[in-house]
Amino acid sequence: MNLEASLSIGAPEVVLAIGALVLLMIGVFRGDRSLRGLSWGAVLLFAMAAVALIDKAPDRALAWNDLYVADALSHFLKGLLLLAASAAVLLAIPYLERTRAAHFEFPVLIVLGTLGMFIMVSANDLLTLYVGLELMSLSSYVLASFARSEQRSTEAGLKYFVLGSLASGLLLYGVSLVYGFVGSTGFEAIGAHLTSKDAGIGGIIGMVFVIAGLGFKLSAVPFHMWTPDVYEGAPTPVTTYFASAPKVAAMGLLLRLTLGAFGGMVAEWQQLIIVMSVLSMYVGAIGAIGQRNIKRLLAYSSINNVGVMFVGFAAATHSGVSSVLLYLVIYVAMMIGAFLCVLMMTDADGKPVESLDDMAGLARRRPWLAAAMALFMFSLAGVPPLFGFIGKLAVFMAAVDANLIVLAVLGVIASVIAAYYYLSVVKVMFLDESADVVEPVSGDGTLVNGVMIAAAALFCSPLGFLLLGPINEATRRAAASLVAG
Amino acid sequence: MIILPLVVALAVLLMPGDEQARARLARWLGLGATLVVFAMGLVLWAGFDNSTAAFQFTERQEIFGDLLSWHLGIDGISLLLILLSVFLMPLSILAGWESIRTRVPEYIAAFLLMESLMIGVFSSLDLFLFYIFFEGGLIPMYLIIGVWGGKERVYASYKFFLYTFLGSVLMLVAMLWMVMTAGTTDIPALMAYDFPKQAQIWLWLAFFASFAVKMPMWPVHTWLPDAHVQAPTAGSMILAGVLLKMGGYGFVRFSLPMFPEASVQLMGVMFGLSMAALVITSLTALVQTDMKKLVAYSSVAHMAFVTAGLFALNRQGIEGAMMVMLAHGVVSAAAFFSVGVVYDRLHTRDIDRYGGVATNMPRYAMFFMIFTMGSVALPGTANFVGEFLALLGMFQANTLVGVVMATGVILSSAYMLWLFGRVLFGQQTHGDSAAMPDLNAREWSIMVPLAVVTLWIGLYPAPFLAPLRAPVESLLARVERAGPSRTIDTVKPAASKAMTPLATGSAQG
Repeated sequence: MNLEASLSIGAPEVVLAIGALVLLMIGVFRGDRSLRGLSWGAVLLFAMAAVALIDKAPDRALAWNDLYVADALSHFLKGLLLLAASAAVLLAIPYLERTRAAHFEFPVLIVLGTLGMFIMVSANDLLTLYVGLELMSLSSYVLASFARSEQRSTEAGLKYFVLGSLASGLLLYGVSLVYGFVGSTGFEAIGAHLTSKDAGIGGIIGMVFVIAGLGFKLSAVPFHMWTPDVYEGAPTPVTTYFASAPKVAAMGLLLRLTLGAFGGMVAEWQQLIIVMSVLSMYVGAIGAIGQRNIKRLLAYSSINNVGVMFVGFAAATHSGVSSVLLYLVIYVAMMIGAFLCVLMMTDADGKPVESLDDMAGLARRRPWLAAAMALFMFSLAGVPPLFGFIGKLAVFMAAVDANLIVLAVLGVIASVIAAYYYLSVVKVMFLDESADVVEPVSGDGTLVNGVMIAAAALFCSPLGFLLLGPINEATRRAAASLVAG
Repeated sequence: MIILPLVVALAVLLMPGDEQARARLARWLGLGATLVVFAMGLVLWAGFDNSTAAFQFTERQEIFGDLLSWHLGIDGISLLLILLSVFLMPLSILAGWESIRTRVPEYIAAFLLMESLMIGVFSSLDLFLFYIFFEGGLIPMYLIIGVWGGKERVYASYKFFLYTFLGSVLMLVAMLWMVMTAGTTDIPALMAYDFPKQAQIWLWLAFFASFAVKMPMWPVHTWLPDAHVQAPTAGSMILAGVLLKMGGYGFVRFSLPMFPEASVQLMGVMFGLSMAALVITSLTALVQTDMKKLVAYSSVAHMAFVTAGLFALNRQGIEGAMMVMLAHGVVSAAAFFSVGVVYDRLHTRDIDRYGGVATNMPRYAMFFMIFTMGSVALPGTANFVGEFLALLGMFQANTLVGVVMATGVILSSAYMLWLFGRVLFGQQTHGDSAAMPDLNAREWSIMVPLAVVTLWIGLYPAPFLAPLRAPVESLLARVERAGPSRTIDTVKPAASKAMTPLATGSAQG
């Protein structure tokens, strides 16, 4: 495997890495004024990466001494990551300018974080995995405390950093255990070893540690403690980003790791995933009920959603994987849409509105915004005919197919509990007397946000069903690269 | 037919103009759209072929990938319920013509959305498509109750939403299992598929969880009085008139043909619950002081006839149950509207605040009387046909059930006549209720069609029974083929002369 071939297979990452450095240099010399230009530059970069991605046939190819793999799964996830990251860059511009936090590093950090995620979803070795994960995490820590003058934000960054380091440590420890007991860090070698031989107790412990480390990034219960605080404290555009892209990357990585490298010990990790799934769904559903801050509420909602994804994951079948991927697509659209709506709510002084009480009567003052938000809420609740329902349907279908009927029943009951708080958001907006807090947002860039909300809303509306065919096609192909279907 | 209300709903929402003008335009557009859909429904009826049990007017398109398909079609059972929906829709828009003053375009849009979804429920032939329509109705109804409802609207709307949602998701899991086992989402194919007996019981129970809540059956009926009382008049009309019928439709379309063995086995459960429902809710209705609550409890009682009739598992029972659904759809909508009429004038539903209303509103009293008679199933009104047939079916299946259910007729006359007497006759003790004006033109235009249909079904039910014959026949054949049980054997000889008592019944009327 020569360098040239490796570079060509890993072209999207190369584009992002060089591009991030170029953007950084421009930023250093031009200062904070260049935020807007840099943001669009980052989007351009993502577009170039997308071109580099589409350029390749989605055949399985290894590069860099088998540390890196490009296949249908990584292609699919990278496409989704690019969409999420572009949205995150664009939606941040008006917010950053409004809150006087317009530092040029923002787009650069997002690009770097996305690069880390690209490496994660293409990892074919425990060490590549770690490198990608750390690149993503380090950018995330900085992003979480991006509003430096705000205490909440710095606190969020610190909290995220401390807990995140602990999780990284766990992961690394797990990696070393696996290496010690299996004798290799390459996914293929581990997979081959485990299908022929028993992993031994050390290998199992190692695997559990690795899954725990990734579970932290996914904010799956019991590794979810940081989520509400960080989501609340971080600036809203950053939260939007946290809720979408890293979940995609970590979920993709987890799928590849468990079904690829640990494919020989499905029975062992399946129990773990089932337990995490049930816990996440219920903690996510019940924890959100008492929340009065919309960002905290959405944080619990994302915990709940990860639990639902784990239901499909626990099936460990081809349809399970493809249902998780389908769910990820819909989840990203719903989360970005919901957070965009939160971003669009400001009071007369331009301060962001985050408390549910201030959202009261939103339907009177901003009918379209409220309608879009209600749509995302119902979609997150999984009420048909909205698109969120199809995600849940596919996931539970995979679980029923894999004979995990009890898990599916527990899941649907959790979704009813979760429906309660989604409804309460709708209730506040539509049924309560107006609090007259939210004022129309003005300024440049809000038009772009409006368009993005509309796009996400259309996707989550029943019209999204029309896209189901092509998406299913793509998720199936991606899933086939892990599990034969 | 499904698309049209949706398009108009969207147009209504997007209309420009100031609030007054928008409200007026929205009302007319809504009325126009529902009338057009009603006309389409009549065309459908005219072109319907009564002689076959197969689904007609089918359309099928694979536009959603392979998870579900756009597959529609109707048989006689769905035809009647679609007719009921499209008939009630323009009336309920008229019913809210003056009393709804806030956010009118949104209100009309919610109703049109409801109409699309209701037609979708009764005509979808794909399991998941059905579920989507079935559940989709929750959102507009939640908003209708929550935004335009009475004082306790928030509580009622939550209760409505969560109750029905919980029931339905269990059904969803059962659907998933069925699709996995049978390998198709096609309803006609599933109706012919034989599920293993043990699984049938579980599937039946899961579907029961959903339909029993929707129906609603005792003891999961408690959302209904709240939802009905708090919903605006038009909302109650649709809720009672059509949404409750979805539960009954579900039993006929899914539980009976897909799980026939389980249905035979669990017949006793249904009978028991129906009897309990009838007696308990009728007695509860007797002590209500709130007019709407009383009518709401009477709905639950009437629905008990439907469930008991359906699970008598013979021709008269099922046909009777279908007729009760139809008749109850019309009569209860009318009853809710009658309550709405006086509520609009006095803004209270307290029975004691009225009295002697017949003196100053004689025409109103006349219509109210027709609907009261309809509700107590006097011969000549719609309910009589249904309840009589249903009772006949029950007697054949189980005499005890028949006897207990027959008391329902007496109890219903007790509470309805008592309500009628207290509101319309007696001393005029309250000045404001004595000063209420009689019906205006708009109210006439709602009352007359409702009264005409009530009497029409009662006097000449043949056109409504005809479409039912073939599908009920094939349904019974299905139940019989699955497991020849003792009950069905005894019923068989009687089935041939099913129509005879009916002829005498209508002659009396």
